[in-house]
Amino acid sequence: MSQTFTLNVPALPNGFRLHWDKVRSRHVLLFPEGALGLNETAVHVLQLCDGKRTIEDISAELSPLFQGADVHEDVENLLIALANRGMIIDAGTGT
Amino acid sequence: MQAQAPNPLLLIAELTYKCPLHCPYCSNPLNIGDARYNDEISTEDWVRVFHEAGELGVLQLALTGGEPLVRKDCEELCVAAKEAGLYSSLITAGTPFTRKRAEALREAGLENVQISIQDSDAIESDRLAGTKAFTRKIEAAHLARELGFPLTINVVLHRQNLDRIEQIIQLSEDLGARRVELANSQYSGWAAINRIALMPTREQLEHGEAVVQAARERIGPKMELLWVLPDYYEEYPKPCMGGWGKDAMVITPNGDVLPCQAAASIPGLEFENVRDKSLSEIWFESESFNRFRGTDWMPELCRNCPADRQEVDFGGCRCQALALLGDANLTDPVCHFSPHHSIITDAVAEANSPTRNGNGELIYRTIEKVPART
Repeated sequence: MSQTFTLNVPALPNGFRLHWDKVRSRHVLLFPEGALGLNETAVHVLQLCDGKRTIEDISAELSPLFQGADVHEDVENLLIALANRGMIIDAGTGT
Repeated sequence: MQAQAPNPLLLIAELTYKCPLHCPYCSNPLNIGDARYNDEISTEDWVRVFHEAGELGVLQLALTGGEPLVRKDCEELCVAAKEAGLYSSLITAGTPFTRKRAEALREAGLENVQISIQDSDAIESDRLAGTKAFTRKIEAAHLARELGFPLTINVVLHRQNLDRIEQIIQLSEDLGARRVELANSQYSGWAAINRIALMPTREQLEHGEAVVQAARERIGPKMELLWVLPDYYEEYPKPCMGGWGKDAMVITPNGDVLPCQAAASIPGLEFENVRDKSLSEIWFESESFNRFRGTDWMPELCRNCPADRQEVDFGGCRCQALALLGDANLTDPVCHFSPHHSIITDAVAEANSPTRNGNGELIYRTIEKVPART
């Protein structure tokens, strides 16, 4: 089920946080009743989802990590996929 | 020789079996009144255990019971959970979740709150809880939201409340829940002795499923709806706790470490205690955790599973095999390949019969005396 979102300023919902799982040597997103293993790119993106930066800000900041490539579309797709699972909200609208 | 077990992800800490509610489907054992459960481990023991759990790779901590807030040290335990890097969830009846305690818990680092309601209808909810609690539960849910906790509403569904599933979902939405657990009662613990009164009809379940599906489409990701069928209505059993000794461990109020909440019912299985051994030793080396771990223990039928589901179902629930067949080593009879599956289909037929036995009367959870098994 996918919906159209207003997703300008992505943020983690209350009760979601990044965690370094030292036993398994990976970052995970922890939330009520769950844990999601994250790849390195997702970690970079989510670390910048502070409810202040826009998707444009995040893409611009991450671009140098990817040899200056335009990563806007990738960042947006990742965040929309997470939003569809209730794991990212828009800081402005709270949903 | 067992392959090395994976590290655990979840610790279910049953802080106490004391509870102001008397729900007739409680997953606690029937003998919660036993003196040994009254011998609760100390704050220091729990704190040490949480640190050991963090070292062992546990990510999620469920503070439950009974009613965890009966223990006055819940706040201290949340601080310890945070120090240990565990994600802490409080699973509460809601009645003792007062403003003073809720604020202290938030301060202590508690991350998530789950509040049970028994029904959307106040009178019915109180009848099922066996005490007047509904109003305070609703207040507790509002308070959890006001303080910024993510809120899950937990509802055990059964024959006597399933017809109000629409209202239950609406109430959860009105309370601002992010998650609703709509879990049909599984027939272990107290639900086993109340099975006839609790088991829904097929029609009730089909209606429930349709309502949940429609609500998911309407609400979208802002409220997650979890829907769990009673396994009697399924072809394949549920893997006990996602697999015996695979992801989760339970610690009882007196410090016994179990692979699942009902495991103490299995005769001949001795459980280690956190007072005597480290969590790591118990998880990897104890007889009890290795007894049904993986697939080596499996009976012939599971070993040669026609659907190749050895590592999907893990043979199902050991305690259910014991309760229904008298032998924890057998395939869970919920599996339709089990030669004893007719026990399940007969029970389902009975629940759907217009002349079914039972008048809906419930045996309520009590810590006073052990009820006779029916």
